[in-house]
Amino acid sequence: MAEVIEEVAPAFAEDGADQDVPSRSRAVRSGPRKGPVTYLLRLVVTAYLFLLVAWPVSFVVTHTFEDGLTGIRLLFEDPDTVSALRLTVVVAVVAVVINTIFGVGVSLLLVRYEFPGKRLLSALIDLPLSVSPVVVGLALVLVYGGRDGWVGPTLEANGLQIIFATPGLVLATAFVALPLVIREVVPVLKEIGTDQEQAARSLGANGRQTFWRITLPAIKWAVVYGVVLSLARSLGEFGAVKVVSGNVLGETRTATLVVEEKYLNFDQQGAYATAFLLAMVSVACIVVVALIRPRSDR
Amino acid sequence: MSIEVRSVSKRFGDFVALDDVNVSIPTGQLTALLGPSGGGKSTLLRIIAGLDSADSGTVRIEGADATRLPPQKRNVGFVFQHYAVFKHLSVAKNVAFGLEIRKRPKKEVAERVAELLDLVHLSQFAHRLPSQLSGGQRQRMALARALAVEPSVLLLDEPFGALDAKVRKELRDWLRRLHDEVHVTTVFVTHDQEEALEVADEIVVINQGRVEQVGTPDQLYDEPANEFVMGFLGEVTNLGGRLVRPHDIDLATHAQPGWVAGEVDRVLRVGFEVRVSVCTGDAPVTVVLSRTHARSLALKAGAQVWLRATTGALTVPVGGGTPFSLPAIQPVP
Repeated sequence: MAEVIEEVAPAFAEDGADQDVPSRSRAVRSGPRKGPVTYLLRLVVTAYLFLLVAWPVSFVVTHTFEDGLTGIRLLFEDPDTVSALRLTVVVAVVAVVINTIFGVGVSLLLVRYEFPGKRLLSALIDLPLSVSPVVVGLALVLVYGGRDGWVGPTLEANGLQIIFATPGLVLATAFVALPLVIREVVPVLKEIGTDQEQAARSLGANGRQTFWRITLPAIKWAVVYGVVLSLARSLGEFGAVKVVSGNVLGETRTATLVVEEKYLNFDQQGAYATAFLLAMVSVACIVVVALIRPRSDR
Repeated sequence: MSIEVRSVSKRFGDFVALDDVNVSIPTGQLTALLGPSGGGKSTLLRIIAGLDSADSGTVRIEGADATRLPPQKRNVGFVFQHYAVFKHLSVAKNVAFGLEIRKRPKKEVAERVAELLDLVHLSQFAHRLPSQLSGGQRQRMALARALAVEPSVLLLDEPFGALDAKVRKELRDWLRRLHDEVHVTTVFVTHDQEEALEVADEIVVINQGRVEQVGTPDQLYDEPANEFVMGFLGEVTNLGGRLVRPHDIDLATHAQPGWVAGEVDRVLRVGFEVRVSVCTGDAPVTVVLSRTHARSLALKAGAQVWLRATTGALTVPVGGGTPFSLPAIQPVP
């Protein structure tokens, strides 16, 4: 038996050898055309990005460091600002954790199951992207407001204050960042299909084992990317938070509200420094992902 | 009997995928589910594996009722057409998956994986990712992965369908030899009659959700139960209202009593054989001759010829009915 199989083996080695043919042919293919139109388009795009993004943001940086590091130093010496930064981080992290768990679950539901109202659910998930955050804030106050909200008074009577407290901030932040994880994960789930999961099931894995060992590793980068986007969005949320926060100094004032407060009080340096910090965290998130994400993905 | 399928039906909306199917798969054999695309054979395989559920009917595996069992409790190995490799795991980890799920000791897992990779000739690729393998190698890895859990039955869903013709043929031979070594009850789905005839011990022909015939390759080829089976297992042509295989037709260049007269329409040489298209009044008849035979007859388009089914050849009346072999001596009117 053994020697019969031997005969086949060299042929198999051969089909292994030609596997990198496609990548070679890709290298041979000529690069994109470089005509005058290409350069014109490049110029337009660069100018657009410069005027809209790079220039204004660079002003934030230059204003922050007008007096060297004093702007940043003063910020960290002010206990109110420090507590605002801490609150922002706490709220953002909690909102991201909620959105990640919920987002992965909903994505699985949307991709892997058929049920009535699926399209409606899918449309609802996009709602936070299209509705103004201020509207979100007002809606939350209407439902959870302590004085005349829908369920707010009952909750408050039982010792749980939502509006003008941290839970309200988390709710508002989670609401506006809700679609980000889902919109990253859904296409990847669709693309990987169910073959791998079915193979895992046939090999004896139960639902939980299949999720942790097969599905999650396959959607890992989509989840990471969704988390980073959500985190960046959550840290920078202003409108919805502004409505539900009540802006209580040292208690419900977040970093974005600090920026507004300082700006309105003619503390421009402080406003720029805080804004700079917020921007840096978001940029850092995206840089970190770009660095750790393997090149082969996407 | 290793697998007993009893009165299984399955619909997808209005489409009837399986209609009251009864099949018994013998233990230790290599069985092919053969039929045209959309005929229900893959659905049947998936129902046996538990990846789809039947609307009605029962499935028994090794004597135990498996109808309501989830796939992970059926102890079946399943190999998918598109490999279904775990992309993020190395070849060795892919093969080890089922054993790790079963919490076998590390040492035992490592030994078993090494053994299986050796069996499928992938030992030197153990630490590669599946993306670094060719299609044929991936499918062999998937086969090793399915065999690792020592399944009571191995199910293969068009296992070589996504591979090119040459690799497909090699893997087909290899599967046959592997089965002779491992002896696990194996069922594979294919729409390629050559593949089924070459590899399988037994063939189940499925068409439009029904089992048309069950038998050994020889039985199916020599005694097809009906027109469909005969047509699906090999080329047929219509000679005077009966279906007959084109290589089972005698061709004469002089008038013969009782033979069907016709005129040669086209002569086409394909490799070692010559295909002659003859107009006989109704549909054109295809006759396949060997190269030497055709040359000795010096056939040309427009020539008058006379045809009949070769003595002992299998013919089936067009429009259903049971087939029969012609008697050895053709009655002369």
